[in-house]
Amino acid sequence: MDEMYSREYEALVKYFENSGGDPRALRSSEYASMVINHNRVLHVSEVDGIQMRFERMENGVEVWITVNENVVVKNPVHLCFGMLPRSGRQIIRSHINVGDGSRVKFLSHCIFPKAVDIEHVMDSDVTIGMGASMEYEEVHIHGKSGRIRVVPKAIVNVGPGGYYSSTFVVKTGRAGNVDIDYSLFLSDNSSASLFSKIYGRYNDKIRVKESMYLKGRKSRGIIKTRMVLRDRSSSEVIGEVVGIGDDSRGHVDCMEVILDDATARASPIVYARNPKAKVTHEAAIGSVDKKQLLTLMSRGLSEEESIDVIVGGLLR
Amino acid sequence: MLSLRDFTVIRGGSKIVRDVNLDFEEGKIHIILGSNGSGKSTLAQGIMGIFPTDGHIFMDGEDISSLKVDERARRGITLAFQEPARFEGITVKDYLLISSREKKLGEVEDALRMVGLPRTMLFQEMDDSLSGGERKRIELASVLLMKPRFAILDEPDSGIDIISFKRIASAIKEMRNRGTGVILITHAEEMISLGDVASILCNGRVVVTGKPADVRRLFTKTPCPIREVR
Repeated sequence: MDEMYSREYEALVKYFENSGGDPRALRSSEYASMVINHNRVLHVSEVDGIQMRFERMENGVEVWITVNENVVVKNPVHLCFGMLPRSGRQIIRSHINVGDGSRVKFLSHCIFPKAVDIEHVMDSDVTIGMGASMEYEEVHIHGKSGRIRVVPKAIVNVGPGGYYSSTFVVKTGRAGNVDIDYSLFLSDNSSASLFSKIYGRYNDKIRVKESMYLKGRKSRGIIKTRMVLRDRSSSEVIGEVVGIGDDSRGHVDCMEVILDDATARASPIVYARNPKAKVTHEAAIGSVDKKQLLTLMSRGLSEEESIDVIVGGLLR
Repeated sequence: MLSLRDFTVIRGGSKIVRDVNLDFEEGKIHIILGSNGSGKSTLAQGIMGIFPTDGHIFMDGEDISSLKVDERARRGITLAFQEPARFEGITVKDYLLISSREKKLGEVEDALRMVGLPRTMLFQEMDDSLSGGERKRIELASVLLMKPRFAILDEPDSGIDIISFKRIASAIKEMRNRGTGVILITHAEEMISLGDVASILCNGRVVVTGKPADVRRLFTKTPCPIREVR
């Protein structure tokens, strides 16, 4: 590793650690990991059963991650993507393939600590094999000011009996302009869960569009959104579940708390194309629950402290 | 001493509780009886500062009528709602630590034990997965941890099983032993017998205050002697 790469690597690892990540995971040979700054791959570590390939692009990196068949990956795979410069565009195009019968968990940290004008695009296609399981947790660490645009897009195909779960979290710093677009296609007896937790502040704009197509017989899926919006931030949440397969079951659950002059729009879409499918939804937008607030205040917390506790719980 | 003088509570523009004059002492249990709609919960929330009020509320002679909910709580008054709130993403441990003065886990475990709940519950979320009885017992544990001077308990015994009931009764006795003045809204005979004083609230007015046994007898015979239109 040349000196510049080494400096960037150490800086990203430091931010990763400060945001709650365990730096040992990025240094240990027992963990598969990849660290990228802008379009430079600073570090790659593979473990048995996982292959990672990459190609540098002008504004980002294309990544291929393959988990062999019947592999249980003991430790989470750590991905650390970031932009240390103040401005620029980063595209991460990823292709993830989890072989039949395998089990893997990804912890992805996207770090933009000094963002003044940054766009981060995640363009993923994911294939989960028969009876395989993949969990993907993506935590964003943004600076407290500046403009940042985050565009995570994913197309996920879950094979028969497979499982996929994704958790997208932006709680630290400004969310910025977030535009999520996920589409999931579920086969027979497969299941999936999509969970977004976002804290919008100032004039952040958040758009979440998640669609789940329950194509397979007895496929199961849930889309869950928890959002807190303050100041003049705004959101639009579209959660769509389409019941296609016999005995498929899907649910959309959206809860948003709005404070100050924030605005929120939620559109749960449930669409059944099979009389044996069942798709349901619930959505609630409003201020902080009054009874929760009064309960905490009657224990001696101020109104602001009580709101912090409630909001912290909602986004946990 | 917590004293209400000509205390009136306004809810939705109407005077629901009117001209109440009562004294609550530390280390005593004061039972409030009343039929449905008599204004018991409104009185409880009025004392806590949740609804607008007329008249006065004195704590050790100082008028605290203008204090907000959290300011009253910091003076040592707290309220346990009849239907306690549930909190997504907050564990029982985190919730109880909010009330704990010492912020020590051991103290939290003791409080949980006192209301008859296992230690494993500490890591459970305060959401709909808790039963009504569990939630009410956690609320009492929270009040115990706060060590308030006055605890207003709004029907802590309603809708719970017999085992929970016994635990709740013993937790209330423990509060009194620790010197807390308990304002206990209840319908249950066993709870009334715990009281040192009792009052009947009828159409928003206190119509009688006396010994719990006498007041309960009167309440059984004539729950609300005043029939007036608000």
